[in-house]
Amino acid sequence: MQPDKRLNIKGEICPYTLVKSKLAMEDLDVGEVLEILLDYPEAINSIPKAMQNYGHTVLNVEKINDTDWVIIIRKEVKD
Amino acid sequence: MDFTEEQLRRYSRHILLPEVGGKGQKKISQAKVFLVGAGGLGCPVGYYLAAAGVGRIGIIDNDTVEISNLQRQIAHNTKRIGMPKVISAKQTFEELNPDVEVVPYKDKLTTKNILDLIKDYDIVVDGSDNFSTRYMVNDACVMLKKPLVSGAILRFEGQVTTIIPEEGPCYRCLFEEPPPPGLVPSCQEAGVLGVLTGVIGSLQATEVLKIILGKGELLKGELIIYNALRMSFRKVKVPKNPDCPMCGSHPTIKELIDYEEYCSLQAH
Ligand SMILES: [Zn+2]
Repeated sequence: MQPDKRLNIKGEICPYTLVKSKLAMEDLDVGEVLEILLDYPEAINSIPKAMQNYGHTVLNVEKINDTDWVIIIRKEVKD
Repeated sequence: MDFTEEQLRRYSRHILLPEVGGKGQKKISQAKVFLVGAGGLGCPVGYYLAAAGVGRIGIIDNDTVEISNLQRQIAHNTKRIGMPKVISAKQTFEELNPDVEVVPYKDKLTTKNILDLIKDYDIVVDGSDNFSTRYMVNDACVMLKKPLVSGAILRFEGQVTTIIPEEGPCYRCLFEEPPPPGLVPSCQEAGVLGVLTGVIGSLQATEVLKIILGKGELLKGELIIYNALRMSFRKVKVPKNPDCPMCGSHPTIKELIDYEEYCSLQAH
């Protein structure tokens, strides 16, 4: 699946991982998909949880190598 | 959204709120708010609005800082006794947040200058301590259709209401004329619990942010009354008065009224 927007927040820590992810989501239209590349372990749980609380759908959370994860979110609600 | 890294961190707790977010924070940074008074209410209102990142804060006050102010006027401090309050406030607010531009007016607000002063601002906050100013600010805001967040304090009690001209009642719908001289004492005569200004000022700042964000329910057509001794909040509905001399269907007030002489009688 091709995301509508990609966000690289490697090196960023909580809560700014979430702040940047939320700002990126605001730039999308409902139905569009954001791919987040990150390496901060705590955010692997906190970002999907927060995005669900905002009403969005977490499509995938995947470890892609020794240090990095990819989270894929679909925007479901207008800001 | 084009926040700097520093702004992103400064406003992160706002950005995380669904009701604010990056878009709301942008609105806050573009907002222009005019504060009447740099005293008990103006200090906390301006302090929180500066912290929130309101782009421009205009503030008018003709007084200088006195030691008796410092029990409640938290933007000033002991070293600044003798300094114009608006300059002290500007320093405090801009030190808190350099994103904010504070425009100080060391002047008296009068029927001559008020319309010109507030016309370029989005929202007006009244933290004045006298009825002549309160009625003048109300009338000017109704004339220019500016949202007005009005606050008042005395002893242990304070009140806030939000006036959205054409949508809700104005201050004169509530009390058509200033009270007769001598009926309501001033803080100077009656005293005020310092911390009360923080509660009422914070409520006013909250209303300002909600107006900017377009979120939540405003105190439109409602007066909230806080009593610190009872630790109670009470909301009173204020209907629009169809015969209001200012905003009714046949307004009789066509120009600003200078009540000053009338009100200064109260002080004696
Ligand atoms: Zn009215």
